[in-house]
Amino acid sequence: MPKIKLPTKTPHIDMTPMVDLFALLLTFFMLTTTFRPQEPAPVDTPFSVSETPSPDANIMTVVLSADNRVFFNLDNGPDTILHFRPKVLAEMGKRYNIVFTDAELRKFEKYGASFGVNIKDMQKFLAATDSKEREVLEKGIPIDSVDNQMALWVLFARQVNPAVKCLIKGDNNVEYPLVKKVLDILQDKNVNRFSLITSLEVVEVVDAKK
Amino acid sequence: MAEIIQGDNHKGGKKKAKKHSTHIDMTPMVDLMCLLITFFMLTTAFSKPKVMEIVLPEKIKKNEKVEPPKIADSRTLNIIVGPNDKVYWYPGKADPAALVPLQETDFSATGIRQILLDRNRALFLKIEQFQQDVITGKLEIKQDSVASAIRQLKKDDDTGPIVLIKFYKKAKYKNLVDIIDEMSIVGIARYIITDINWLEEGMVERALGMPVTVSPTAQK
Repeated sequence: MPKIKLPTKTPHIDMTPMVDLFALLLTFFMLTTTFRPQEPAPVDTPFSVSETPSPDANIMTVVLSADNRVFFNLDNGPDTILHFRPKVLAEMGKRYNIVFTDAELRKFEKYGASFGVNIKDMQKFLAATDSKEREVLEKGIPIDSVDNQMALWVLFARQVNPAVKCLIKGDNNVEYPLVKKVLDILQDKNVNRFSLITSLEVVEVVDAKK
Repeated sequence: MAEIIQGDNHKGGKKKAKKHSTHIDMTPMVDLMCLLITFFMLTTAFSKPKVMEIVLPEKIKKNEKVEPPKIADSRTLNIIVGPNDKVYWYPGKADPAALVPLQETDFSATGIRQILLDRNRALFLKIEQFQQDVITGKLEIKQDSVASAIRQLKKDDDTGPIVLIKFYKKAKYKNLVDIIDEMSIVGIARYIITDINWLEEGMVERALGMPVTVSPTAQK
């Protein structure tokens, strides 16, 4: 009697369609993610119940760190050809008689994190190669009335991009007088509508019928 | 190619070219892709911070002759945010002749929220009813006009309190967010962030048991 030979085939599953799909998804997610650059100072944002996501473009952010330094950040606008960042920096340079080279302007455009440098140190800041060198220069943007660079940044950001929205990102432990000062500067420049960046928190339901 | 050479070396025996399957094991590749997709999916979903919008009243410039808006004392509720997450409140207007004692409370659900809720119950219930109707489908309304409908409800309200939020100088940024958050939880229609005056600063200091450092002349 002949033996029944079982076909010795390994059960291969064709993974090609799966790989196809995965590759597609991977490409999609890779292209849609925008990497947030490392922030110069750690900021613990307070919690709130607000569920509105922050806008992607046309924003300027005032960052208040726990050690009461003020940082500023703005974006390049909804389209990269708009080059809002270098334009604002050039305006600032004009005001302080600093001429920024094209290379410096380009570097500033690419530098995505918020910055807290005096405009007079900006060239040194842009020439710095690693974060340690930068950290020394980041003493916070001056906001006192003698040399209110914060107000000028806000002013020029709004001149270059009139649609810009103001975001405030503060640490839990920032003292109120500093917040008040920043709000005053913004209000002086006719910014009356702000968004505070917060983390989402779940709040227990309030019993109103009690 | 390799098979041909292999075949030639076999002398005499059965010439059976070894069947190499053209299957490539894709499992490691799939593993890696799975991992990367998970990574990118999670980072996109979580990187979006939330924002809370506040609108401050326009500042009255010094050379402008605009009177600040007048509000009824009976509807006014003053909240003073003090140091160490303490909240003080008093109704009406601070009068140097007859000082009202400050009430102390905190940011918990039974603290300032309950106080605001007691005063804002009518509007809160109206908003809640409206949202309930939208969810259950009793009320046919477009999703994007819900927010504006609620805004209209708040605008029409004329019984709720007018909350003046003030900050003692030792308050933290966290308290600012917390108190505005409470306003949105309770659905307060009208609230303003204003400067603290010397009288209230003194009241807070007295409530804290500190020596009172302020006087009307010290105010700039």
